[in-house]
Amino acid sequence: MTSRAYQTEAIIIKRQKFGEADRLVTLFTSDFGKVRAIAKGAMRPKSKLGGNVELLTHSQLMLARGRNLDIITQAQAIDNFLPIRDSLELMSGGFYLTELVDAFTEENVEDRELFDLFLNTLKEMAASSDMERALRYFELRLLNHMGYRPQLQKCANCSRQLEPGVNYFSPHQGGALCRECGYPDMSARTISVNALKVLRLWLQCDFTTACRVKLTGNLSREIKNLMRENIRYLLEKQLKSIEWMDQLNSEQKNHA
Amino acid sequence: MNSDFLSTAKPISRLIEELHKLPGVGPKTAQRLAYHLLQAPPEKSRDLAEAILGIKENLRLCSVCLNITDSDPCGICADETRDHMKICVVEEPIDILPLERTRKYRGLYHVLHGVISPGDGIKPEDLRIRELLDRLGSNSVTEVILATNPNVEGEATSMYIQRLVTPLGIRVTRLARGLPFGGDLEYADDVTLSRALEGRQEM
Ligand SMILES: [Zn+2]
Ligand SMILES: [Zn+2]
Repeated sequence: MTSRAYQTEAIIIKRQKFGEADRLVTLFTSDFGKVRAIAKGAMRPKSKLGGNVELLTHSQLMLARGRNLDIITQAQAIDNFLPIRDSLELMSGGFYLTELVDAFTEENVEDRELFDLFLNTLKEMAASSDMERALRYFELRLLNHMGYRPQLQKCANCSRQLEPGVNYFSPHQGGALCRECGYPDMSARTISVNALKVLRLWLQCDFTTACRVKLTGNLSREIKNLMRENIRYLLEKQLKSIEWMDQLNSEQKNHA
Repeated sequence: MNSDFLSTAKPISRLIEELHKLPGVGPKTAQRLAYHLLQAPPEKSRDLAEAILGIKENLRLCSVCLNITDSDPCGICADETRDHMKICVVEEPIDILPLERTRKYRGLYHVLHGVISPGDGIKPEDLRIRELLDRLGSNSVTEVILATNPNVEGEATSMYIQRLVTPLGIRVTRLARGLPFGGDLEYADDVTLSRALEGRQEM
């Protein structure tokens, strides 16, 4: 067996028990995209890998190519995003991000841009309290990057310029619809002018600028539902981690 | 390996195959065990077979702590000499064994039968958290010790339970962080675990 060693940075997006005390780890790497690899003995407390291949850790890894799956030979955590781990809400958002990245990517397709976006989003989440904004920005940029940029300038059906006022949004048409096209379309929901404006801006600005936009509760909810529907349409399923995120959210509101 | 099986008498190869399915039993060990059983007196084999069948027929969950037991309540819950005011919360029945081995803990347990794992669709209501809250509501428990595994899911589960238990005015502690992150309680050694028990922290 010829085993070649290689080195890369990665964010751990999934891990499963594998055999006795090994873990099958899904990595989103900076150089090779999504890679699945074995972390031998990672579940034993004395393992040097253990905490360095834990979910939502940004690590520097050394891997060896195996016949079927690569083997993680060394791991050193660069950032384990402690603020995320110390908060249930942030953790639920983190779980959601990992599931989202996993769902939208294929194995072994290099994607440095997505790696950077993912890493930045985790950093933003760890640094600020505005998790919802960080998630929405990530979702929109992810869609854009994966080739699902929503059409927000003109009607996705008839190409007419969108008028101020009520317009519609349809995931299966791939963006906004004018009133004439949207009204009879049962799959379309209304979209406010403000939501349109925010999404247009976010498609072309960095996160710092995206943070300057003031979002009311209503607008934030509108964008969240819109993005969620769009993603569910594209993936043809609802992500599993959404339910717990919503549950925590409503429990928090009941407490407040 | 299949050709090995063919050259062996069928009942033996079947036994080897079944043993090989057990965790930690490789093909060589499976063969050795099978031939060992073949040479052992018949009553030895019967004892073993009965013991294996027995775990399915006679075991159930303790109605108090949900540990696996052959009597209800289980030996730990029924033991009057134990401290009934402390409850140690663990993920799985197997996690009780290493804690008992330390002989440092004399309270009771509560088995969640899982851990919050949103990516797998496992939510709080899929765990035995309600049963824990029921126990806390009706008894004079003064401390809940969270002993979920020191990994992301274990931490999330502990934080979630802490959020529910603290308002009840009960002290909530977490097994000390002496346990390395990413590890599994099941594999922790006695010394590390004893220290983690002694150094448990308020949440
Ligand atoms: Zn139109
Ligand atoms: Zn019991």
